[in-house]
Amino acid sequence: MKTLNFRFMKYRKLLGGLSILLVLGSIVSLSTQFLALGLDFTGGTQIEVEYSKPADLEAVRGVLKQSPYASATVQHFGRSEEVLVRVPPIEGEDKDKVGDNVVTLLQQLDPEVKKKRVEFVGPQVGEELRDKSGLALLIAMGMMLIYITLRFQFKFALSGVVALFHDVIITLGFFSVFRLQFDLTAMAAILAVIGYSLNDTIVVFDRVRENFRKMRAGTPEEIIDGSLNQTLSRTLMTSFTTLLVVFALAALGGELIFGFAIALIVGIGVGTYSSIYVASNLLLVQNISREDFLEKAEVVDDMP
Amino acid sequence: MLNKYPLWKNLLVVFITLFGFIYAIPNLYPDDPAVQITAAKAGVETGQNVADTALQALQQAGVVVKGDELANKSALIRFPDAEAQIRAQSVVKDALQTRFPGQYVVALNLAPTTPDWLRSLGASPMKLGLDLRGGVHFLMEVDMDRALDTRIGNTVGAMRERFREEGVFAKLLRKAADAPVIEMTFASAEKAEQARTILRKEYRDFLIEESTVGDDIQLKLTFTEQALRDIQDYAVDQNLTSIRNRVNELGVSEPVVARQGINRIVIQLPGVQDTAEAKRTIGKAANLEFRMVDWEHDIMNVTRPPVGTEIHTVRNSPRQVLLKKENIVTGENVIDARPNYDQNGQPMVSVTLDNAGGKRMLRTTTAHVKDSMAVLFIESKPETREIIENGQKTFKTVTRDFKEAISVATIQGAFGSNFQITGLDSYDEAKELALLMRAGALAAPMYFVEERTVGPSLGAQNIEAGLKSLVVGFVLVMGFMVVYYKLFGVLANLALLMNVLLLVACMSLIPGATLSLPGMAGIVLTVGMAVDANVLIFERIKEELRNGVSPQMAIHSGYDRAFLTILDANITTLLVGLILFALGSGPVKGFAVTLSLGILTSMFTAIVGTRAIVNLIYGGRTVKKLSV
Repeated sequence: MKTLNFRFMKYRKLLGGLSILLVLGSIVSLSTQFLALGLDFTGGTQIEVEYSKPADLEAVRGVLKQSPYASATVQHFGRSEEVLVRVPPIEGEDKDKVGDNVVTLLQQLDPEVKKKRVEFVGPQVGEELRDKSGLALLIAMGMMLIYITLRFQFKFALSGVVALFHDVIITLGFFSVFRLQFDLTAMAAILAVIGYSLNDTIVVFDRVRENFRKMRAGTPEEIIDGSLNQTLSRTLMTSFTTLLVVFALAALGGELIFGFAIALIVGIGVGTYSSIYVASNLLLVQNISREDFLEKAEVVDDMP
Repeated sequence: MLNKYPLWKNLLVVFITLFGFIYAIPNLYPDDPAVQITAAKAGVETGQNVADTALQALQQAGVVVKGDELANKSALIRFPDAEAQIRAQSVVKDALQTRFPGQYVVALNLAPTTPDWLRSLGASPMKLGLDLRGGVHFLMEVDMDRALDTRIGNTVGAMRERFREEGVFAKLLRKAADAPVIEMTFASAEKAEQARTILRKEYRDFLIEESTVGDDIQLKLTFTEQALRDIQDYAVDQNLTSIRNRVNELGVSEPVVARQGINRIVIQLPGVQDTAEAKRTIGKAANLEFRMVDWEHDIMNVTRPPVGTEIHTVRNSPRQVLLKKENIVTGENVIDARPNYDQNGQPMVSVTLDNAGGKRMLRTTTAHVKDSMAVLFIESKPETREIIENGQKTFKTVTRDFKEAISVATIQGAFGSNFQITGLDSYDEAKELALLMRAGALAAPMYFVEERTVGPSLGAQNIEAGLKSLVVGFVLVMGFMVVYYKLFGVLANLALLMNVLLLVACMSLIPGATLSLPGMAGIVLTVGMAVDANVLIFERIKEELRNGVSPQMAIHSGYDRAFLTILDANITTLLVGLILFALGSGPVKGFAVTLSLGILTSMFTAIVGTRAIVNLIYGGRTVKKLSV
């Protein structure tokens, strides 16, 4: 196989613009309709039951309408035999008995129905988890900024963290636009994306630094293009194998893991792209040059 | 460049692979769902006749049994699946209850099927999380405000008595209306100083603040930081103990009852399906107060309760009693309460109080022989209300009390730490009273803030889905690696297999590590990401070869130069793993664990493992061409 020589940075303005558009779009969607938060974050109760035959959602809704849980939403879950009932947080003494009560109601309607899963999350716990998750995101980004600053210089750190921000916002934006359920496992996936995306960026940066030190000729743009070409097959290979397993998870892992898998698919896709067109692009925007890599010569003031 | 590993490095790789094999194998022998029959009384053996009764009942009910054995003084009956196990528990419970009432406890259990030689090496299968195994997870919160209130209430009573003993008369001594603060006023500075001396010596838990109100001197007592922490720890620990006892009453194998954070307790009951019963048993938030029945007034003659008294209903009776507001001791002082028979064969409850409680009880009962004392049972039920706080809507949970007297009895003579409550109608009544009293020994009310129940069929489905995606992902990645890297791809695949083996072995060995559904996803993700290290190395080797370096040298510098990049790249994922672990509740923690462990094991297998094989194949000879 011969050395690739693709002029990545030729399209940097165009794709940089696309990135800005995607990030802005995500921010707009997040600020107008936020995320379809799952039970972990909203609190409330959710009940998954299984029928022996395709379930009659209207009948289930009818029963619940007559009950204290009129605000419940009812939908199929995965298969037509399975039904998911979501009850928003309610007030009063029996808030932790909603699950048992709803199952009893549904069993009165059809004694064959089987309880598969009941989850109740108190409103305080949900609120805490929301705060904790936001904090975890910030801490993760902060740690990454510190880590790259220690390993590289600040221009790299800034580019890397902006790329991370780009990946996280677009993945969240994807969840927001398509109204996908955002629960704690999806949140875990976003954090995993942060690790993954930076991993990718670091491999590219490592090579960029090596080449700036080694190559005497060439403009910064050419050096970065060269580095990207050298790492390209690795970047694509790793993203490809990771995407293979994540697609397997999305297709076969079941409903409970679907949001997790989707977050990873989007995050890994965007993360691979951003190592090239956001992180490396930003190095050029900051006018990175050979001088940034010279050993700092000491200047001693010789005035008396 | 010879590319040979010293003997010890090769041995290390062999040894670690062997280790991985041994400790991963038990996972091929999944535990059988089982029920365990043990005698209620400690030390009593469960005989064959009991096992036979159970087996007979199961046969009649048509429950399929996989096997049975007598071991460790108990009987174990195995079943093919969790659904049979749950049915069996109720069948066996009923059968034994009819033939041997109250003598045996029937608990859900998991019976290991790992061969003995593996078990003797300490090898056992991974523990499965509730989302894979089925069961209930509860999170309960201790109501700290209430714990403080109770503490203040008790202290006020004791303080008043101490002051009286020392002849220090307070004009006013009471708990502030809506804060955990004690207020007292004195008519003179001298009295106040005397009070301060006592307080400084005997009540070090408080900060004292003095002020003048009119002619009076007011002292305000608030808890010190240290005291607040101690009370909190005490309340949570005491509740932890009570909940452990209650969970044991449920008959669950391997339950988890542990403190989480400052004021929460997490409870995991594998296999349990009847959440309503579990919640009733665990969630009984209750307290006890021993109080004197008002000896000065007769309830028949009063229309309103006189000052310092309250009217309460009596459990299972239309009667009402007039009780003094002040309590003698509370549930906190109750160490034990159990049903028993007295010399005449009459049912009774023996109560044991702690030292402080015993002293106060002695003082009161000495002064009140032939008067009546009541045990007031206080049940707290949580209520959630929406409130507006700082312009934001939030939820606040408050607890409301329901009080009733569960026992009203005449004091026959002075007593202290140990006494009996007699005059009960039946042994069952004694049992219930003792149970209520033990339940009331909770230091502070608690309520449920989270519940997750997973049915056994969903657990099995989750395992299947997780395994399927793991196998498919694995095969896809391995196929791709062989096509792209040929012989080196095969090596990477060997490393990948070894990686999963080691990961599974570590998960099985680490106590407390449980496999959850996100944990399985973490393993799947590791499979995809673990080849990254090998990809980095192989790409470097290819590059060196393109630059015209000799094959041996290419191998050497490929591994060498990729190492730092691999380390750099993996550290970021490890950092994220750390954050995830701190953020996570249950399943997400499982993801953090498998992800982080997977990174560590993959660094070993991808770098040291493949290098050992590469050295075996290519090392120490002249190589013209590499299959990479």
